[in-house]
Amino acid sequence: MDIIVTILLICGLFFFTGGAVGIIRMPDFYSRLHPAGKLDTMGLLMSMIAMALYTLHDFSVDAMLTSLKIILIVVFVFITSPTATHAIVDAGVRASLEPWTKEGTTHYDLGA
Amino acid sequence: MTEQNQENHPQKSADSKKVPSRRSRFSTSFFVTFVIMFGIWLLLSGKFDLFHISLGVISCLMVAFLSADLLLPYPKIGKMPGLWLRFVRYIPWLLYQVFVANIHVMYLVFHPRMMELIDPRIMRFKSRLKSDMSLVTLANSITLTPGTITIYISVYGNVTFHVIDIESGKSLPFIMEARIAEVFDEI
Repeated sequence: MDIIVTILLICGLFFFTGGAVGIIRMPDFYSRLHPAGKLDTMGLLMSMIAMALYTLHDFSVDAMLTSLKIILIVVFVFITSPTATHAIVDAGVRASLEPWTKEGTTHYDLGA
Repeated sequence: MTEQNQENHPQKSADSKKVPSRRSRFSTSFFVTFVIMFGIWLLLSGKFDLFHISLGVISCLMVAFLSADLLLPYPKIGKMPGLWLRFVRYIPWLLYQVFVANIHVMYLVFHPRMMELIDPRIMRFKSRLKSDMSLVTLANSITLTPGTITIYISVYGNVTFHVIDIESGKSLPFIMEARIAEVFDEI
C-alpha cells in the first residue's frame, strides 16, 4: 500500500514539475496555458488519490469520510480548472492578443 | 457535413427548451436537488446524530427551495438515471484520454527541441450537440485534455479551440463529441 502511495505521489509531483517547466519553456500566452492549466490537474488527481489511499490505511468510517472529501476536492477542481483556463483564454482573445504561430497560416479550420 | 447545416435555425432550439412551470419546480428538480445537497451535507459534516442531521435537512430544504431551478433547469425525470449511468461510464474514458494527452504534453515540455515540435493553431469546428449541458461538457472535456483549450463555444455549437500541435486537435474533439452525443442521447 505504501509503495502505491509513494509511486502515485512521485508521479503527481512529476506532473507538477512538468507544468512548471512548461510555463517557462512555452513561447506565448496561449501555449503556456496548456501545461499550466492541465498538467496541474493531472498532478493534483494523482497526489490526491495517493492521499485518499493513505488516509484509508487504518480503515474506519471517519477515514472513509476523509478520503471521500479528498476525492470531492478532485471533482471540484476537474469542474473549475477548465472553466478558469477558459476564462483566462477568453480574456486574452477579448484583448485581441494574437497567438504565436509557426511560419504559415494562422488558422487551421476543421469541418465547415 | 450536410447535417451540420441544418441546425443553424435558432427557433428549433428555442422550441425544444420550454420554460418550466411552477409545479415542476416543486416536484422533480426540487427533490433531486434536495437529495444531492443532503448527500453532500452528510459527507462534509460526518456527524450522524439527530441534531446535526435535522440541521442538515432544514438547510438543504431551504437551499433546494431557493435554487432548485439553477442546478436542474429542465428536469426530465425519466431520462435521468440512464443519463447519469452513461455519464459515469464516460468519466473513466475521459480520465484515460486526459492521462494519454498529459503524457504527450509532458513529452513536448521536456523535449530539447520543443520549439520544432509544437505548432500552435486556432481550430474551429461545428458541433452537432444541441443542449446546453452537452455543449458545456464538450467544452470542459476539450479543455481538460492537454493540447487543446476551448476559446469559445456558441449556443449553436460553433467551437473555437487552441491546439498546441495539430495531432492533438485533429481527431480527439470529434471522438469526444460522438461520445458526449451518446451520453446525452443526441445521436
